[in-house]
Amino acid sequence: MALPLTACDWVVMNPSGDIAVQQRDLILISTALMLLIVVPVMALVVFFAWRYRSANKAAEKDYDPDWDHSTKLELLIWSAPLLIIICLGALTWVSTHKLDPYRPLDRIDAKTAIDPKVKPLTVEVVALDWKWLFIYPELGIATVNELAIPTNVPVRFDLTASTVMNSFYVPELAGQIYAMPGMKTQLHAVANKAVGGTGFSANYSGAGFSHMRFAYKALERGDFDAWVAKVKASGANLDRTVYLGLAKPSEKAPVAYFSAVDPKLFDAVVNLCPKPGQRCMGELMHINMMGGAGKESAHDTKGLRYDFPNSHVIEQSDENKGQETAPDAPVAPSSHSGADAHAQHR
Amino acid sequence: MIFGRLTWDAFPWHEPVVVATFIGVVIGGVALVAALTYFGLWGYLWKEWFTSVDHKKIGIMYMVLGLVMFLRGFSDAIMMRIQQAWAFNGSEGYLNAHHYDQVFTAHGVIMIFFVAMPFITGLMNYIVPLQIGARDVSFPFLNNFSFWMTTGGAVLVMISLFVGEFAQTGWLAYPPLSGIAYSPATGVDYYIWALQVAGVGTTLSGINLIATIVKMRAPGMSLMKMPVFTWTSLCANVLIVASFPILTATLVLLSLDRYAGTAFFTNDFGGNPMMYVNLIWIWGHPEVYILILPLFGVFSEVTSTFSGKRLFGYTSMVYATCTIMVLSYLVWLHHFFTMGSGASVNSFFGITTMIISIPTGAKLFNWLFTMYRGRIRFELPMMWTVAFMLTFTIGGMTGVLLAVPPADFVLHNSLFLIAHFHNVIIGGVLFGLFAAINYWWPKAFGFRLNQFWGHVSFWCWNIGFWLAFGPLYVLGLMGVTRRMRVFDDPSLQIWFVIAGIGAAIIAVGIGAMLVQFAVSIWKRDELKVEGDPWDGRTLEWATSSPPPEYNFAFTPVVYDTDTWADMKKNNYQRPLTGYQAIHMPSSTGAGVILAALATLCGFALIWYIWWLAGLSFIGLVAVAIGHSFNYKRDFYIPADVVTRTEEERTRILAAGV
Repeated sequence: MALPLTACDWVVMNPSGDIAVQQRDLILISTALMLLIVVPVMALVVFFAWRYRSANKAAEKDYDPDWDHSTKLELLIWSAPLLIIICLGALTWVSTHKLDPYRPLDRIDAKTAIDPKVKPLTVEVVALDWKWLFIYPELGIATVNELAIPTNVPVRFDLTASTVMNSFYVPELAGQIYAMPGMKTQLHAVANKAVGGTGFSANYSGAGFSHMRFAYKALERGDFDAWVAKVKASGANLDRTVYLGLAKPSEKAPVAYFSAVDPKLFDAVVNLCPKPGQRCMGELMHINMMGGAGKESAHDTKGLRYDFPNSHVIEQSDENKGQETAPDAPVAPSSHSGADAHAQHR
Repeated sequence: MIFGRLTWDAFPWHEPVVVATFIGVVIGGVALVAALTYFGLWGYLWKEWFTSVDHKKIGIMYMVLGLVMFLRGFSDAIMMRIQQAWAFNGSEGYLNAHHYDQVFTAHGVIMIFFVAMPFITGLMNYIVPLQIGARDVSFPFLNNFSFWMTTGGAVLVMISLFVGEFAQTGWLAYPPLSGIAYSPATGVDYYIWALQVAGVGTTLSGINLIATIVKMRAPGMSLMKMPVFTWTSLCANVLIVASFPILTATLVLLSLDRYAGTAFFTNDFGGNPMMYVNLIWIWGHPEVYILILPLFGVFSEVTSTFSGKRLFGYTSMVYATCTIMVLSYLVWLHHFFTMGSGASVNSFFGITTMIISIPTGAKLFNWLFTMYRGRIRFELPMMWTVAFMLTFTIGGMTGVLLAVPPADFVLHNSLFLIAHFHNVIIGGVLFGLFAAINYWWPKAFGFRLNQFWGHVSFWCWNIGFWLAFGPLYVLGLMGVTRRMRVFDDPSLQIWFVIAGIGAAIIAVGIGAMLVQFAVSIWKRDELKVEGDPWDGRTLEWATSSPPPEYNFAFTPVVYDTDTWADMKKNNYQRPLTGYQAIHMPSSTGAGVILAALATLCGFALIWYIWWLAGLSFIGLVAVAIGHSFNYKRDFYIPADVVTRTEEERTRILAAGV
């Protein structure tokens, strides 16, 4: 059978970002370490099963039904796995700290240290139902379902989600980290080669999960600047109204570009207050820290609600619009199609 | 509001696959009921089985429940394999998201809660009292009640197929997705109440078996003389009792969120979904050891018996089991390294996970050296054991690999993970069960299982397993994630097709196993055995096969770990006189009624039929109180009945079968 055994298909084993490369190396080293004990054990299982089969007359003289203890062997069978695990444990401790997704990078690749002049690029990532929003705060742009980053520039991803848990994963670039509503996680990574690839959610998040994929583009500096210029040329503005339209559940959302973006949007999403009238969690926590807002605030829950019934269902048609359960929700007239108008298909 | 939110629309008329299944089930069900009525078996089933408190019959009923649910869970697996091999090049396959997402959720829930759990509980129920020389478990009525509660949970899951829907959340129902805002329909409620009803059964049966093992061992059987299977069962049941309450509490909190508007795991009002993920895995990781530990015991018994040798390193085996039991509580976070805990937290849980592989490795070596210098008879149980050793080692290795956090970042939630846990659950739990079924079937029924069909099943399972899950390892390394319904990349399709072929071969293996049972029952006279067909080593082989209702006419006295082998070596003579009346527990229908009311209560809560929920709950309490006034709980088997039974056996033994 001719199978596509070419290495390029196995992206996890052949990635193009330094973090993913180190994670791949770790897989290989750990596997090799474990094979040191696994191979002899499996060989012994087969050998003993064959050698001591009852049909084998040659082994009959070795039969010793009461032999059930040997201190030397006991020492061996506990210490051999122990030694492997000590090595693997040390490797785990070091590599987990070194490849901690929160840790800023200290190298571009195995040979290059970080150039102090190169500023890391921040990308704010919001997992929506069921598409990805990427905000580039330093560049003032945003995209949907397309992530481009310059090569050999460290990137910091700030991750969150709008409704349910997702996992942000670009196999070419680095391992995944959960994107969770009301929380912010982080991932540092760097791309070393100009490649195209796919990123996706690696944690089931509901009906549209299978299509929750985005294009990943690692671009040379010049190409990246050209890409930024292209996004800036779109003229669309990602304000709160457009965001709320975008956040509504949809599948296979086309790529969309925004040349301007509300600078406080990501913070508002993390704090569960993207809608006008919603109270931000950070603000609330601050009030609570300062001793709370008194007894009367106990009934002041308006603006605290964030999870609305049926907010995970794709709207069928305009007839359902009237059933919007949040009366204070701003009307988002065709904001989604507004974004689509500027959409640039892959 | 008589029917709560249960309306005609709740029935999935529009899903042809479900409607066809429903018609099939109705026809099959009607045929079964008609056959039982025609042959007048209802009274027999009710008196001899459903209301029985005999641990052996309850054990067998657990196994039947596990087998029936296994067929359901496996058909879910086949549906997934077909969908994933199909949905390429723009095709949506044949299952929409609503249906497919229920299928993978149901597959996981059923296989863990209603296949693996009944199988191991049934096995422990049947074997443990026999191995320790007891006449029944400590609380026979509770045992019957536990079984029916487990069945009640299974019934709820099955009802969800045709009335309403099952959860579309994945088998652990992570919030906020499983919260009322994002899963407003009945699916998650079916999930919650099925698990809660069954969970009562599991917890009680855990308590029951611990009490049995601690209090009812035959004289002379100190803890360090217990058979290894009893040891592993003890540890598994300690884990059950210590971890299932966590599951119950977690699901109660989720229910409160869904029913009472609390905010434990919501996004808003200060809820914290991460807490649910932590709590559910604090139950969930011990759970996988609950499943595998008893089977480790099975492999120990089988290896020792078929090698004709004492188990190598009994003491280190016991300590290894206990170490695993304790460590299984210190590793739960490895299921979500990717949540973004700090590096030190992740390393801690990664390393504790790896440490578990040390006692597990020691066990493997112990089985290995049990075979060393043995005379290994390759009967079916031993074949399954060797297959386990080879398969499980690979699964263990990929598991340790996933315990390295940075490696987990690229493999988490991928098909590599799926391949890994099927590698250990099929290679460990299922292969162990097949070894156990082939090993103890003659004990339970007095005849062996057919070898030919056993071999067919064995090879189909082994080949099918690697064909089905080998490609999943590869796909994981290609960055393919789990729970996907459709695919963009056409180059992946070939791997899914191979996996589908593997699943088909497994299906043949399951079919062969069913044929094996049928053929063996049909030709049971040719396969007939007396008490001890395998030259067994532990106490269960000391009595007849199948054992009499009272297990042992005289309580045996224990001097050695391999009690029966020791008795045989010292020319043990069966006492032939002096039988006495034996005190036994009486059958009762209370367990069936209580579990039926609990199931009804669960159903009513799922559909918001509040009056029925209230009524059935009051009924539940009333029956429980009523049952406590039932003083007709025991009876004596007269001495002459015991004498007759034992003399019959003497006659058979003398005939030299």
